[in-house]
Amino acid sequence: MPVKRREMVPLALLWASGIATLFILIVILAFILANGLPLVNWNFLTAEPSVWGQTGGGIYSTIVATLAVTGVSLAVAGPISVGGAIYLNEYTKENFLRRIIRQAAEILAGIPSIVVGLFGFLFFVIYLAPYTGGWSVLSGGLTLAFMVLPISLRTSEEALKTVPAELREGSLGLGATKWQAITTVVVPTALPGIVTGLILGLGRAIGETAAILLTAGGALNLINSLYDPGRPMTLHLYDVLTEYRDTSTAYGTAAVLIIAILAITFITDWLMNRYTNKLKGL
Amino acid sequence: MDDNVEISVKNLSLWFGKFQALKNISIAIPKNEVTALIGPSGCGKSTFIKTLDRMNDLVDNVRITGEVIYKGRNILDDDTDVVQLRKEIGMVFQKPNPFPKSIYDNVAYGPRVHGIKDRKALNDIVEGSLRKAALWDEVSDRLNESALRLSGGQQQRLCIARLLAVEPNVLLMDEPASALDPIATSKIEDLLYELKREYTIIIVTHNMQQAARVATHTAFFLLGELIEYASTIDLFERPRDKRTEDYVTGKFG
Amino acid sequence: MAVRTLKRSRIKDAKGTTIELILLLCAVSAVAAIFLIIWFIFSEGLPFVLEAGPQFLTSSIWLPTDSFSDGSWGIFPILVGSLIVTFGAIGIGTPLGVACAVFLAEIAPPAVRRVLVPSINALAGVPSVVYGFFGLVVIVPWIRGQFGGFGTSVFASWVILSIMILPTIISISTDSIRAVPREYKEGSLAMGATQWQTIRSVMIPAASSGIIASVILGMGRAIGETMAVLMVAGNAVSIPNSIFAPVSTLTAQIALEMGYAAGAHRQALFAMGMVLFVVIMILTGLANLASRRRVT
Ligand SMILES: Nc1ncnc2c1ncn2[C@@H]1O[C@H](COP(=O)(O)OP(=O)(O)O)[C@@H](O)[C@H]1O
Ligand SMILES: [Mg+2]
Repeated sequence: MPVKRREMVPLALLWASGIATLFILIVILAFILANGLPLVNWNFLTAEPSVWGQTGGGIYSTIVATLAVTGVSLAVAGPISVGGAIYLNEYTKENFLRRIIRQAAEILAGIPSIVVGLFGFLFFVIYLAPYTGGWSVLSGGLTLAFMVLPISLRTSEEALKTVPAELREGSLGLGATKWQAITTVVVPTALPGIVTGLILGLGRAIGETAAILLTAGGALNLINSLYDPGRPMTLHLYDVLTEYRDTSTAYGTAAVLIIAILAITFITDWLMNRYTNKLKGL
Repeated sequence: MDDNVEISVKNLSLWFGKFQALKNISIAIPKNEVTALIGPSGCGKSTFIKTLDRMNDLVDNVRITGEVIYKGRNILDDDTDVVQLRKEIGMVFQKPNPFPKSIYDNVAYGPRVHGIKDRKALNDIVEGSLRKAALWDEVSDRLNESALRLSGGQQQRLCIARLLAVEPNVLLMDEPASALDPIATSKIEDLLYELKREYTIIIVTHNMQQAARVATHTAFFLLGELIEYASTIDLFERPRDKRTEDYVTGKFG
Repeated sequence: MAVRTLKRSRIKDAKGTTIELILLLCAVSAVAAIFLIIWFIFSEGLPFVLEAGPQFLTSSIWLPTDSFSDGSWGIFPILVGSLIVTFGAIGIGTPLGVACAVFLAEIAPPAVRRVLVPSINALAGVPSVVYGFFGLVVIVPWIRGQFGGFGTSVFASWVILSIMILPTIISISTDSIRAVPREYKEGSLAMGATQWQTIRSVMIPAASSGIIASVILGMGRAIGETMAVLMVAGNAVSIPNSIFAPVSTLTAQIALEMGYAAGAHRQALFAMGMVLFVVIMILTGLANLASRRRVT
């Protein structure tokens, strides 16, 4: 379509806004990776952080703490969210319950992380202290589960929704029970979407700080068990920056976080494409 | 009851909410024959055959009265083992619906669901079913490819093979060839010819030539009613009802 | 003759019923989670608010570690700080976000879209503490150099938050523009309208409810954001007199003080969390209202 002269300005502005958004992302990523990547080496990843107040050292114990809290949150929220999504999509019709639960997931996803943190502090750290060890990676992970749940629930539900009804009919028509149809046809077909939801939840858990600040305890020592307090990477980044002004460790930690997030973005993008192709038979 | 009757339907009525989709249908489906259901679209043909293997259970707000007698029992009864029923009475749908799995896994799906794990047994079932569905020669060298890569006609024959693998007695086919080209259609029709020796087949079609070619009996539905049911020759050449005559002579529909 | 409702007549084996029950529990857990959160936050915060009275919201004196005396629990400046920070971020983020959404939905060639969509997802995935870090080492020194002061300021939080809410605004707005029926667009183009005229007078109005919802949800994201604001806002409990002055927000104040708060102080922080929760609920409700309203 030939573009008229007076159309040029608004259309150019729209292009500019798209480019600007991309530019912002690139600037942030490039800045952090340029400053941080040179610091990231095997030693940085596997060495213990230096003792209180000194700069330098690695981030090993914080990586372990991140893995622990995200692991706990996914182990709890993963099955629950996928199970809930299956219930919503396979066992209910468009009805009251379904609307309520969708709405609930939406609200849950919108609750500020610091508020979830306050809740986690009171519930897991104080109230359930005998079972969680008080401030601990377990308390942190359980608190994060509340944030992972709605993300994974909604993404899984969307994925299940796109599974064609004919596939369910085909399976039931061969004499499969409902549960067999779900486990052998519906879930496998929707699997890339379900995994995408879990990975997005993982990304949320890796990046979360405020809720962790109030629940995980922040100890820099390597954790021995889930009942120990720990300091995940995000919290470490905040602490080294605000308490020790150790910008170099901060750059390195931020770079590792960014790489994790980029990996997640690429993997989810790839998975969703694969999903679309799978339904097309490619 | 007559030994030659596979399914005997008595006074069957069905409502979707307030809408009555089937009106007091009574019909006896003969064993090891092909019975065709014809009629303009929306007259309840799909609803009728879905009732025969309880696929309407998947729909909300369905209400049914009457009886469907199969093997001496009313399958609409509460204590019917729906899973077993669907194993014996299988359905092929209008649009081929292979699972997004390999050709092999599609055919092995039913047997696996019913507990067969032995690889050798599965291999035999897969080969046998594909042969019966006249698909073996075309796919024997690519059983591990995605079923979704097959052509439409091949996909439909795969769905038939998938059904045969669970050893049903009755095959319900809802316009199985309407989405296919003429060559694929004639392959399906040839297949029906072979299959009717072993199976009772009910086929919905809006193509009257097809009904005339493959079916020994034909039932004409209109607006949820069974207007006329007779041998195919009689129905097409000596229709008793004016509405049947108008339909088969192409005055409407 | 027996009348059957098939739905109920389905025979169910014990295993199927158990599975269904477990799945139901999973689904209901999302609702249970909200009630659990409300219960714990409110049980700690509500008694405090009832005791402190309206002064909690209207007083400007925040002296939490003082002995418990009247008027030292006023969160007014913190509340105002949250609002200033939020509206500023919305003010900057909305035009850019909506324009980018229009670009993405209507103009971007597929190849550009292939790059831009994952980029926006990446932008949404960057941890807030990393945004705060970037703000602290890039934006704050720049403000300090250009405009004086500490650099940690209202303006710094505007810049960082406006970036952080972009993905929310862009993705929801894009979806709502995409959801506009094709006939609207074709109708307009068929009448000889140009692409831009069609966008401006047909597409954007038709998608306006979704666009408004996206902005409201962006607002929720901004007001609930903690770490980034904490790191760049300066956290001074007073109403800022310029955009280059430091400011504090509900979220930042909670994060700062929870580490050592006890007794009434801690309750006050939970009361702030409660206020935050109520604000978010109202915003979510508004966003729902906006996106339900059908515009023709
Ligand atoms: N799930 C349903 N809910 C409500 N009405 C339905 C449903 N399925 C079919 N119908 C209605 O029942 C009538 C018969 O449909 P169907 O059996 O599909 O017709 P046919 O297969 O002969 O074209 C149609 O009027 C259709 O709209
Ligand atoms: Mg039909």
